[in-house]
Amino acid sequence: MSPARPVTLEVNGRRHDFRLDSRTTLLDALREHADLPGTKKGCDQGQCGACTVHVDGERVLSCLTLAAQAEGRRITTIEGLQAPGGAFHVVQTAFMKHDAFQCGYCTPGQIMSAVACIREGHAGSDEEIREYMSGNLCRCGAYPHIVAAVRDAARRMSKEASL
Amino acid sequence: MRAFEYLRVDNVSAAIAAGTMPETRFLAGGTTLLDLMKLNVERPASVVDISRLPGLDAIEVTDDVIRIGALAKMSKVADHPDIKDAAPALSESLWRAASAQLRNMASIGGNLMQRTRCTYFRDPGAYPNCNKRDPGSGCAAKAGINRNHAILGTSDACIAVYPGDFAVALVAFDAVVIIRGLVERRVPVDRFFLLPSTSPDREHALEPGEMIVAVEVPRSPALKRSHYLKIRDRASYEFAAASAAVGVELEDDGKTIRDVRIALGGVATKPWRLRTVEDLLKGKRFDEATLRAAAATAVKGARSSGHNAFKIELTPKVVARALMTAGDIA
Repeated sequence: MSPARPVTLEVNGRRHDFRLDSRTTLLDALREHADLPGTKKGCDQGQCGACTVHVDGERVLSCLTLAAQAEGRRITTIEGLQAPGGAFHVVQTAFMKHDAFQCGYCTPGQIMSAVACIREGHAGSDEEIREYMSGNLCRCGAYPHIVAAVRDAARRMSKEASL
Repeated sequence: MRAFEYLRVDNVSAAIAAGTMPETRFLAGGTTLLDLMKLNVERPASVVDISRLPGLDAIEVTDDVIRIGALAKMSKVADHPDIKDAAPALSESLWRAASAQLRNMASIGGNLMQRTRCTYFRDPGAYPNCNKRDPGSGCAAKAGINRNHAILGTSDACIAVYPGDFAVALVAFDAVVIIRGLVERRVPVDRFFLLPSTSPDREHALEPGEMIVAVEVPRSPALKRSHYLKIRDRASYEFAAASAAVGVELEDDGKTIRDVRIALGGVATKPWRLRTVEDLLKGKRFDEATLRAAAATAVKGARSSGHNAFKIELTPKVVARALMTAGDIA
């Protein structure tokens, strides 16, 4: 056994205090300890993107991040994406409108990745969206609709930003 | 995963002191280390988190040199406007690697240190024989599925490919790895990586306790006119089947090659500089026939293990196309 150590995480603006085995990944801390199962475990090896969350505003893979590495950072999960009033994020709405999923298992990771992709300025064309969303696999093959949703959301977000 | 002690350090001296303990690994982005720990390939007793060491993520571009701190993230270097301008091949080799998420995590130092994707190396449960993991135990890849394995720089002990892209661009442009241990030393990137020979477990020049603090790339006209071409089984988020980092500088006549740089990825056991091909091309005319003739010699001495024979045919085409793209005649 690795000795458990105290780990404090700030997730979606809320502070969580845990005692965790040093091997605990951020993904397992979120799902098993913080009661936030929206972030999905796919491959658990950094190959599928289902576990994508934001750390200090940047998209990363929570399965290849130790919980201890995320201490003192701002973590955002799919549960933290909705506005406080409960309104869906523009990207969530776009995914629903464009039917950008089938089974839905990869969707939280796709959406977290898409929000960051747009924010980074890497959603300028379909080609760029495909390149910069390539870290999120969809075994159902909903890619054309995912690209359409990201394109639509990017347009709306740039319109909002220019208002 | 083996249990380990997690330590976080906040200065380089403390990191180096901690790094000299037995069975210790430095953790920066974690994208290689944590992955291999889950696979029981890496089994450290202590993990030293160096990701918060101050100042080591700086990126500086002066008139003469590009200096990238070891903790700079791949994504930040790839998107850096001065690097895109002065060194397109460096930027391309980064954004064509991994995924956006991994590039936000992975550090430049860790990128150099990434280990082979040889499926036999990565699966100790199913394949106990691996000279890289367990010296003297044999090589399961040679008689296995070796489509992705190396054709250059191989030995009887190991045919595993060096998987990275960025180091390929570094070796083409004479980069230097800056290492800190008890003293600071500078190692040309070509000598930083070791051939497998009889000891494939030794992959690089770092001694225990030493860490990479930066890489430096001298600026040159060839670097300014450079390109990274990566050919792979899918369009994105895949390791190279064959890749080439190239740069070209023409004489004032716009036709004669003054300087040319070529290095290969995805086909060799280390980032593979092609100096003999460069020498063949210097002073020659920059045209397709000349480039193709010289590129044909890129695979001199290449050795197929069976399934990877296609790389012998593919590699010269990648070299020629990369050079033609860099020189705007593609």
